Amino acid sequence: MTTTRRSLLQASLALPAAAMLPRAAGAAAPFNVGFVYVAPIGDAGWTFQHELGRKALVAALGDSVKTSFVENVPEEGADAERVIRKLATDGNGLIFTTSFGFMEPTLKVAKQFPKVKFEHCTGYKRAANLATYSARFYEGRYLTGLIAGRMTKSNVIGYVAAFPIPEVVQGINAVLLAARTVNPNVTIKVVFVSSWFDPGKERAAADTLISQGADVVMHHTDSSAVVQGAEEKGVWSFGYDSDMLRFGPKTNLTSVTMHWGDYYIERTKAAIAGTWKSGDVWGGLKTGMVKLGPLNAAVPDAVKAEVAAVQAKIEAGTLVPFAGPIKDQKGAMKVAAGKSLSDGEILGMDWFAEGVQGKLG
Amino acid sequence: MRLSLEARAKPARIMVWASPLIAAVGSIIGVSILFAVLGRDPLAALNILFVAPLETIDGLAELGLKATPLLLCAIGIAVGCRAEVWNIGAEGQFTIGAICGGGVALAFGGNDSWWLLPVMLLAGIAGGMAWAAIPAFLKTRFNAHEILTTLMLTYVSIQLLGYLVHGPWKDPQGYSFPQTRQFEADALLPMLIEGTRLHIGVVFALASVPLGSILLGRTMLGFQIRTVGAAPAAARYAGFSRNRIVWVCLLLSGGMAGLAGICEVAGPDGQLTPVISPGYGFAAIIVAFLGRLNPIGILFSSALMALLYLGGEGLQVSMQLPIAVTGTIQGMLLFFLLAADVLINYRVRLKPSRAAAGATGHA
Amino acid sequence: MHETEILLAVVVATLRAATPLMIAGFGELIAERSGVLNLGVEGMMLMGASVGFIGTVATGSPILGFVAAMLAGAALALVFGVLTLSLMANQVATGLALTIFGVGFSALVGVGWIGTPLQGIATDIWPGLSKASPMVQQLMLLDPVVWLAILLPFIAQRFIYRTRAGLILRAVGESHDVAHALGYSVLRIRYLAVLFGGAMSGLAGAYLSLAYTPMWSDNMVAGRGWIALALVVFSTWKPLWLAIGSLLFGFVTIAQFQAEALGLDVSPHLLAMLPYLATIVVLVLISRDATRLKLNAPAALGRPFHATA
Repeated sequence: MTTTRRSLLQASLALPAAAMLPRAAGAAAPFNVGFVYVAPIGDAGWTFQHELGRKALVAALGDSVKTSFVENVPEEGADAERVIRKLATDGNGLIFTTSFGFMEPTLKVAKQFPKVKFEHCTGYKRAANLATYSARFYEGRYLTGLIAGRMTKSNVIGYVAAFPIPEVVQGINAVLLAARTVNPNVTIKVVFVSSWFDPGKERAAADTLISQGADVVMHHTDSSAVVQGAEEKGVWSFGYDSDMLRFGPKTNLTSVTMHWGDYYIERTKAAIAGTWKSGDVWGGLKTGMVKLGPLNAAVPDAVKAEVAAVQAKIEAGTLVPFAGPIKDQKGAMKVAAGKSLSDGEILGMDWFAEGVQGKLG
Repeated sequence: MRLSLEARAKPARIMVWASPLIAAVGSIIGVSILFAVLGRDPLAALNILFVAPLETIDGLAELGLKATPLLLCAIGIAVGCRAEVWNIGAEGQFTIGAICGGGVALAFGGNDSWWLLPVMLLAGIAGGMAWAAIPAFLKTRFNAHEILTTLMLTYVSIQLLGYLVHGPWKDPQGYSFPQTRQFEADALLPMLIEGTRLHIGVVFALASVPLGSILLGRTMLGFQIRTVGAAPAAARYAGFSRNRIVWVCLLLSGGMAGLAGICEVAGPDGQLTPVISPGYGFAAIIVAFLGRLNPIGILFSSALMALLYLGGEGLQVSMQLPIAVTGTIQGMLLFFLLAADVLINYRVRLKPSRAAAGATGHA
Repeated sequence: MHETEILLAVVVATLRAATPLMIAGFGELIAERSGVLNLGVEGMMLMGASVGFIGTVATGSPILGFVAAMLAGAALALVFGVLTLSLMANQVATGLALTIFGVGFSALVGVGWIGTPLQGIATDIWPGLSKASPMVQQLMLLDPVVWLAILLPFIAQRFIYRTRAGLILRAVGESHDVAHALGYSVLRIRYLAVLFGGAMSGLAGAYLSLAYTPMWSDNMVAGRGWIALALVVFSTWKPLWLAIGSLLFGFVTIAQFQAEALGLDVSPHLLAMLPYLATIVVLVLISRDATRLKLNAPAALGRPFHATA
């Protein structure tokens, strides 16, 4: 396809859509920002946090932006590509696609719309008008591992996970490594429920892990079922994505939470000002993309202080979660002492550390 | 006074065409009320739902793209339903078709072999047929009901796909993310209209309409299929093998679903991922019945279903309506369409008054 | 000791996982016995889950919540009944449309209630339980809905085979024309069966949102309605086999989690296939006897009825 043809095509696509947009004559048109969500917004979880980010953007920039979103978009290429393209033809100048499965569709649409800016969350393919962003969720996980190591009596941590993808594996390994710094006997049992969202299965998996001796449970799925189950059984839990204290007031120790608002505000401002550039942002505790939620009163003060100290070290860069020596499940040395994993190695992590009980792939 | 239905001596030909229009009027009223309750402009919403997706070449191409898997799966399902063979696992056969065809693409792509695409398509068809052969075997050999086996095998197929893309078929350059590498250019279906995503698969889907009609209406096999379904006793008397028909129906619908699957991954997707169908195999069952199990009817119903998807997306993007609203509207529209079909075989009377001519359907 | 604890946990978890399947499946079984195939179970369960949750939070009474859920399920079933029984629309398509509608409408109704925390329903219903051993206590501390689900197959068995109403129900499902000729109101009986099926689906959905995982979230039934439908076929329309099928499905799911947590060295994807494969295998084993099947499948299943006289 030649450039002229492409722009002709775009014009024909954009015209009817643009004609439908209500615009007050004379008033400065707001900058349009689109969001693509993989799940219904719901009450907690991955998509909910992105929606909070969108709302923060609206609150910060007011009338100068107009946002729109499409929820529950299948990660299947055909549908996602069409939705992203529709957002582009509808006059959005900046589009955030917030799930890994949107990577190829976003890339395809980005090629067709060179003037529109795209941002894809958790992916690795970039273009001049396609940036990527993600967060080091494992830094937050590392802190919960520390607390878990201190709080467990049975030395068994139960972990309810959706699928064996790197982001999940990073979290599990981070928890184990952190817990072992304070309690070398800790092991983690993992159950994969093969679904991002199925409260019933998540709950059953948590019950299973508790029956096998876990007295701390965590999850990498999208509902709060694990936290609720732990509350009922009286074992400690950690939440993920959103603050889940209200689902386990007695036993939920804290949650690893994600915060996209600042990033969305910054990038939108840059797009309006014309200073937007493609790139890759991998935030973490330091940038506030990942935070620890409020700590439960049950966490002893000494542990609180310890967590704060470790957090300060991670933010300062003096403590690196994936620093050697780290052995894998078979006992082979994965990271030698004095070395640490590169970002690329972390991004593609496909092995469990020694002490994790579970099967990958 | 109450409405009552009176059987027509024979189906009203006019109503075959008029009932969808009556349904359209009914649903426009129903949807308008819903939009008014939600505080949105009904006219603008109806425009987004039904008109806007059809206004551009690209919109029409997207409609064709979306309707292609529905049409392929639905015609296969419909042939089965005519013989009372209930394949509700087209979703699974779709998935296996995509896996088999996609496997060929991954293994032999990039050599510019002229035979690659045909072999991929055949592998997709064969995969779907093989997956449907399991329920056929279990049905004819062990009486295991195909409603259960086809549905359960769908879940199995999705796990199999998950196993492959998380494990052995994972893209080595893909940072361990669950997806295969992109298919090479020679393993992608050619596009029909430059600049759109309408690929050659739509031709197969359209071709299946007359072929399905001929099969059902003009061939001995079609006659046997219809007889086994409508008059099993007569079929037995005539010596038609029910088991043979079960095999034929399941293999046919499995093969068509498999073709739809490979067309989807070799068309718009270009790789295998853990999710390759947003439920085409299930939606195709409604499409089949909405089209009255008739290939020509299914042509229209698959286009309508595709339009409902596109319009639903439009409502989300342009009117900021949540997915919950679009789902509710889609369900309502289907209710109206299904209800209006009663007018084909029955006329509505107002009892006890006699002069009830012209009374309209009422849901 | 450790083994017994795990075993006990498996029993409890299996019962809890099987409960929604059993209740929704039982409602559908009655509807199908009357000759009506309603594929909208998933949608009706979702309506029950959302309305049951809202009812409980709003009134503070789980009982009212369950009642509201049953009414909501029945209301959706009424839509289905009007379309398929009075207007003779196709049952398969209408049922699927009902699910699409139910998924959307339950989310629309429940939108203000997501994220509301809710206590699970009380489980200490047995007097004097505190004196029992911890083992017995754990087993007896199941919520009342689970106990209902355990009783249900026996009640159903009696109802279908030993009561007059059950006989009429079967007659209508077997041949509506004959039942009609005998003077039974086919439509009325089918309406009742369909409404009952809806109410049961609503109850099963509310069990999920009130007891199993006390929360409301879009689509939280997560496909259990489809499994319940398949299990009715599995049961060859017999309540006791429905219970066996539900327990089997629940058990294999739980056993798979237990095996994973014990460190079984098998891909989780392959393990996740097990409940589905196990159901097929057992169905094959019990279906081999063709005559037995013919006696049970309601002959008029899915066929519309229109009284000509």
